[in-house]
Amino acid sequence: MSAALAELQVDDRADDGHVAIRGGAIRLGQGASAFDVVEGIDLDIPARQFVCILGPSGCGKSTLLGAVAGHLALSRGSVSLDGRAVTGPHPDRGIVFQQHTLFPWLRVLDNVAFGPKMKGVSRAERRERARSLLAQVGLSDFLEAYPAELSGGMQQRVEIARALINRPRVLLMDEPFGALDAQTRLTMQELLLDIWTRHRTTILFVTHDIDEALFLADRLIVMTPRPGRILDDIPLEFGRPRERGLITEPRFTAIKHRCLTLLRGTPGGVPLARLSPIGV
Amino acid sequence: MSASAIETAPALRAARRSTVRARSLRALPLGRLALRALALALSLAAWHLAATYRLDLGVVTFRNVPTPTAAAQAAWALLHAPALPTHLAASLARVLSGFLAALGVGVVLGLAIGRSKRAHDLLLPPLEVLRPIPAVAWIPLAILMFPSSEVSMAFITFTGALFPILLNTVHGVESVHPRLVAAARSLGAGDAAILREVILPGAAPSIVTGTAIGMGTAWFCLITAEMISGQYGIGYFTWESYTLQNYDDIVVGMLLIGLLGMGSSLVVRRLGAWATPWAGAGVQR
Repeated sequence: MSAALAELQVDDRADDGHVAIRGGAIRLGQGASAFDVVEGIDLDIPARQFVCILGPSGCGKSTLLGAVAGHLALSRGSVSLDGRAVTGPHPDRGIVFQQHTLFPWLRVLDNVAFGPKMKGVSRAERRERARSLLAQVGLSDFLEAYPAELSGGMQQRVEIARALINRPRVLLMDEPFGALDAQTRLTMQELLLDIWTRHRTTILFVTHDIDEALFLADRLIVMTPRPGRILDDIPLEFGRPRERGLITEPRFTAIKHRCLTLLRGTPGGVPLARLSPIGV
Repeated sequence: MSASAIETAPALRAARRSTVRARSLRALPLGRLALRALALALSLAAWHLAATYRLDLGVVTFRNVPTPTAAAQAAWALLHAPALPTHLAASLARVLSGFLAALGVGVVLGLAIGRSKRAHDLLLPPLEVLRPIPAVAWIPLAILMFPSSEVSMAFITFTGALFPILLNTVHGVESVHPRLVAAARSLGAGDAAILREVILPGAAPSIVTGTAIGMGTAWFCLITAEMISGQYGIGYFTWESYTLQNYDDIVVGMLLIGLLGMGSSLVVRRLGAWATPWAGAGVQR
């Protein structure tokens, strides 16, 4: 790594962040009501790749994310990060949920400082680090606010900062902007890409919004309805930094059309209930 | 989130404070205030007339009921009596010891029952059997079980306060969303940290509710216990006034009990609000 790059404070740790799923299947529920959520998942995500998983509601993409996070166990197959099997949650695999997972009793600064606190980092140091991350997500004026005082978009900024403070090797995002209004969602997508230039982790981003997936990712995984399987694996070579104008370009709309065809071609039937990364 | 839509945090907080203040100090229209004052005055007048003219309706009689003036005079006299601090101190000590014991036991058992299936199965059945028994019904057995009448009275108070605190703690623990626990685990929290940093604060608003109810039942139980087995204490004073035919003091005792109950509820609610400052923040999620 050159000195010039080091000055950019890029969070660079060689090959850290390689996620591998081999023959992954997840079965949820008890006894007769048990059902296969995903099956036959084989996926290799190289370090620092931004991958979006796209699929219809209930296809198990969030559940798959939960397995990588370690909140759910695979019923078959294995998940590993940098060659080490995932056996439970770990701050190396940070997760951002769709909404409402900030601790309502902690102020914004202390929510973000939670991870370092668990590691035993001193109060002064962890608050300093939290302050710096919150500045990067544009929330310096809200350090002392409680989560309930923030808008949905601001809460998601805090969530992102709270996961990133642990310097995760992979950042797992479960429809993180799904509950936001359209305008805020666009702003948050750009903010995420901006932050990602500084914290270059692997990102596994689950969404059902095709535009969002295409705008953000290096690579798109399209899944079938339940039981979810990988339907297509599409590389996105749009170059970075991405501009908003991209979404009207022909090469963008061509891939969007392909995705729409893939999703429409899947036997949908009744829309399934949304699953969460922590089980049914 | 566009920058223009972001208000400053101090502005948000100020807005919140002012709505809270507006709510608590919201001035009623003068007419309604006057009506309420009038209602109080009329009640006092009715009491005065009934007591002065020794109203006797057969089912209920005011022949032995002191007038408001007599009660006020007795209250004034009691304020200067050397026995008052002794009575107050005795009652407060019993309520505090019973209540604090209930708080400790209730929260610890509640956390265990809410968190562990094993504790739930082991502890809840016997507690469910005991729960419908009113604390007052414990008095005879408590006198037999505890050689010291002080301890037996504190025990009655404890029994009264325990269940509201325990059940609200269990409810609070169970209402902590699994997503919060999952988020904490992904941030590196172990089991002890989950309990301390997530479950306890998550259950806190519910625990506060339980303590406010528990403080009320604690006073109720204490007064009854003091009337039966006490020496000193406000309940004892009230009952003693009856046996000694100091009828004026009965009303004074009653008013004092009301004041103490109200005051301690206020203290508990204030402490509760102080311990859970986020509970009033913004829109509740």
